[in-house]
Amino acid sequence: MSEISSEQIKEYVLRLADDAVVQGHRLSEWCSHGPFLEEDLALTNVALDFIGRARMFYAYAAKLADDGSTEDSFAYTRDCREFTNLLIHELPRGDFAFTCVRQYLVDEYSLRFMEELCNSEDPTLAAIAAKAIKESRYHLRRSRDWMLRLGDGTAESNRRMQEALNELWGYTHELFEADRFELSLANAGVAVDPSLLRNEWLTAVSTTCEEATLSLPTENWSVRGGREGIHTEHLGHLLSDLQFLQRAYPGLEW
Amino acid sequence: MATPTKLISAIPDEEYQRRLRRANSPRPDLWLKLDAVTDPEIPVVSIWDLGVLQDVEISDEDIVVTITPTYSGCPAMESIEQDIIKCLSTSGLKIRVRSRLAPAWSTSWISDDARQALKTYGIAPPSQAGEALCCPRCGSTELRTISEFGSTACKALFQCLSCHEPFDHFKPF
Repeated sequence: MSEISSEQIKEYVLRLADDAVVQGHRLSEWCSHGPFLEEDLALTNVALDFIGRARMFYAYAAKLADDGSTEDSFAYTRDCREFTNLLIHELPRGDFAFTCVRQYLVDEYSLRFMEELCNSEDPTLAAIAAKAIKESRYHLRRSRDWMLRLGDGTAESNRRMQEALNELWGYTHELFEADRFELSLANAGVAVDPSLLRNEWLTAVSTTCEEATLSLPTENWSVRGGREGIHTEHLGHLLSDLQFLQRAYPGLEW
Repeated sequence: MATPTKLISAIPDEEYQRRLRRANSPRPDLWLKLDAVTDPEIPVVSIWDLGVLQDVEISDEDIVVTITPTYSGCPAMESIEQDIIKCLSTSGLKIRVRSRLAPAWSTSWISDDARQALKTYGIAPPSQAGEALCCPRCGSTELRTISEFGSTACKALFQCLSCHEPFDHFKPF
C-alpha cells in the first residue's frame, strides 16, 4: 500500500463515516416516536451503534488529516456537497415499514462490508470493522425479524413493506458501485470493492423477501451521486437539524 | 522433560495477556486503585472485571491508562474516562486515558466474579458455551424475550415465565 497517501485514506474513511452518521441520525429521529417502548429503545440503540461507528471513523480521519480537524468539525461544519454518504442512508425515515426495510437492506450490506474491511491492510480500519461486525450481526437479526413479521403480517403491513421495498430498491444499486478511487484503494488492500458483495447480498435479500411474502422489485431505475457529493433534497434538511447547534453557537461544548 | 509444543489455552489469549500485564506491573497499587472505577450503568462491576481496563503504564511525568470500548457508541466511555482521571488524580502525575480498538472487546473477558456480581445485581450474565440462559432471580430457564435491546446497548430485555420477573440479559458479544 506504499502508493496510497494518508490523504486518500482520509477521503475513504470520510465516506464510511458519513454513511454511518447519516444512517444513525435517521434512526435517532425515532427517539420517543417508536411504535412501543421496547422498539423505541431498540431503534435508538442501533442509532447509537451507527453514531459510535461514525465517531471512530471521523476520529481516524481527523488523525490522518492532521490539520486541526476533529470528529466534530467533520460532522458539524461540512456542507451538503462535502458529505459523501450513499443516498439510501439520507432518505427520510418514512413510516415504520420504511425504516425497517431500509435497516434490513443496509444491515445485510454492512455485515458483508465489515467482514471484508476486517482484512484491510490498514490496521485502524480493520479494528473498527472488527467491532462493527459484531454489532451488525445483531442488528441484522432484529431487522430480518421485522421483515418477516411485517411482510408476512397483515394485508396492511404487507402493503406498506412492499411499497417501502419498491421505493428503496433504486437506491440499493449505489451500494455496490465503486469509483476508480475506491477501486485503487481496494487494489492496494485498504478498501473494500463493494461490487464483490452484490451476489451474496442479493441471495440473502431474495431469500428473506420470499419468506416474508414480499416480491423483489422489478423497478429498473437507479440513483447515484452520494459519493460525488450530489445528494437528494433530504440531506440538507437532515444537516440543518444535525448541525444546528454548532452552526448557531460555533464551538459550543456541553 | 520435553517442553510441550502445543498450548491449549482455557481463556482467550488477549485476555490472558491482559491479566499478565496487571500481574507483572511494577505498580500494582495503581491497578488496585482503579478497581474502584465501575461502569456507571452497572455499578457492581469494575472496569477491570468488565475487561475495559487494558493497561496502566507509568513514566516519570505521566500515567497512561488504556481502555477499550465495549460497544462503539457506548456513552459510558466518557464518564469512565473522567472517573479514571479523578481516581488517579492524587498521584500528582498527569493522567492520560487512551482508547484502543483492537482486539475488539468481548464478553468472554468478563471475570467469573463479575458474572456472579451481575447475577446478584439482577442482570443475567452473558451465556457461555453450553450454558442455558436463566433467570437471575429464580434460576428458571423458562423465559421470553421482551426486546432485543434493553436499557443500554449491551443488554437485552427478558422476562422469567416462572417468577414473572423482567430482567436484563448482558448479551454475549
